[in-house]
Amino acid sequence: MGKVIVVTSGKGGVGKTTSSAALGAALARDGEKVVVVDFDVGLRNLDLVMGAERRVVYDLVNVIQGEAKLTQALIRDKRLETLYLLPASQTRDKDNLTAEGVETVIGALKQAFDWVICDSPAGIERGATLAMRHADIAIVVTNPEVSSVRDSDRIIGLLDSKTLKAEAGDRMEKHLLLTRYDPVRAQRGDMLKVDDVLEILSIPLLGIVPESMDVLRASNVGSPVTLADERSAPAVAYFDAARRLKGEALPIAIPGEKRGFFGKFFGRKVA
Amino acid sequence: MNLLRLFSRSQSAPAARERLQVLLAHERAAVGDSDLVTKLRDEILRAIAKHMQIDDEKVSVRMERGAKVSTLAVDIEIPFDTDKKAA
Repeated sequence: MGKVIVVTSGKGGVGKTTSSAALGAALARDGEKVVVVDFDVGLRNLDLVMGAERRVVYDLVNVIQGEAKLTQALIRDKRLETLYLLPASQTRDKDNLTAEGVETVIGALKQAFDWVICDSPAGIERGATLAMRHADIAIVVTNPEVSSVRDSDRIIGLLDSKTLKAEAGDRMEKHLLLTRYDPVRAQRGDMLKVDDVLEILSIPLLGIVPESMDVLRASNVGSPVTLADERSAPAVAYFDAARRLKGEALPIAIPGEKRGFFGKFFGRKVA
Repeated sequence: MNLLRLFSRSQSAPAARERLQVLLAHERAAVGDSDLVTKLRDEILRAIAKHMQIDDEKVSVRMERGAKVSTLAVDIEIPFDTDKKAA
């Protein structure tokens, strides 16, 4: 039985789709069987970021409405054998997602894959709540910036109340993925520091992805950043985050700070 | 001139941090409270309804959060002919 992860944030443009693709590819490169599901019905983009936009025939809504089988809608990645994409519909809207339909699809995917990564749309409406509903683990993508932190706080509240896990009285496993982190600005005192965001949101840190041209470059050519240039700083950050998801206790490096501090930081904050 | 500005400008991140802490403390309380206030309202209504007839619409329950003390204001309008039922 695979694990269901929701990649969510509340705010748009913080890096949910980039992170879904990068983490999915990182896990698949280690031989794990991964499917990334685009929940952004009406505004799909995961297909584009993964370079599969011309191979979409059927989508999530087609499967939910019984117009296509799940196996017909799944697109296998051209670079990694164990990486699959379930695209969202571009022509319909979020009302076409039904709670029962999503439950059936996620249930079937869990049987066939080790990891089901749900790329949530922005906002707190239907699409976002359905994407998180069946999750075992939530990755909250946050930028070190006031509006993103506020929206993440709101999303954390929803994860703790509106998911199946929360309703059953279980604790939802939540991780913070800090993206677009700029060490120079943080050092200068003009960007919230990692410690600040962690203290405010108080959920454990999964990784810090530095702001980088490599992310844009990878999306330009339709490749997850972890496959485009696996030695680039963001790719390394995503590979490490993927290993932490699998349960490895890797220390987290804060970009721009000295090594000695990392161990201390890791021991204190990330339990 | 530009260099001067760069050095004289104070850091903005501490302000961001402080504003967020204050704001989120309020927002978290507000979300939690709306549930609490609804529950309180229901229970107060039930307790009073045992003894007198009141109009659901004429009951207001408000919670106000202060830095040190919070207040709970319950405002119930009792109609004239309540005595009949109570008697």
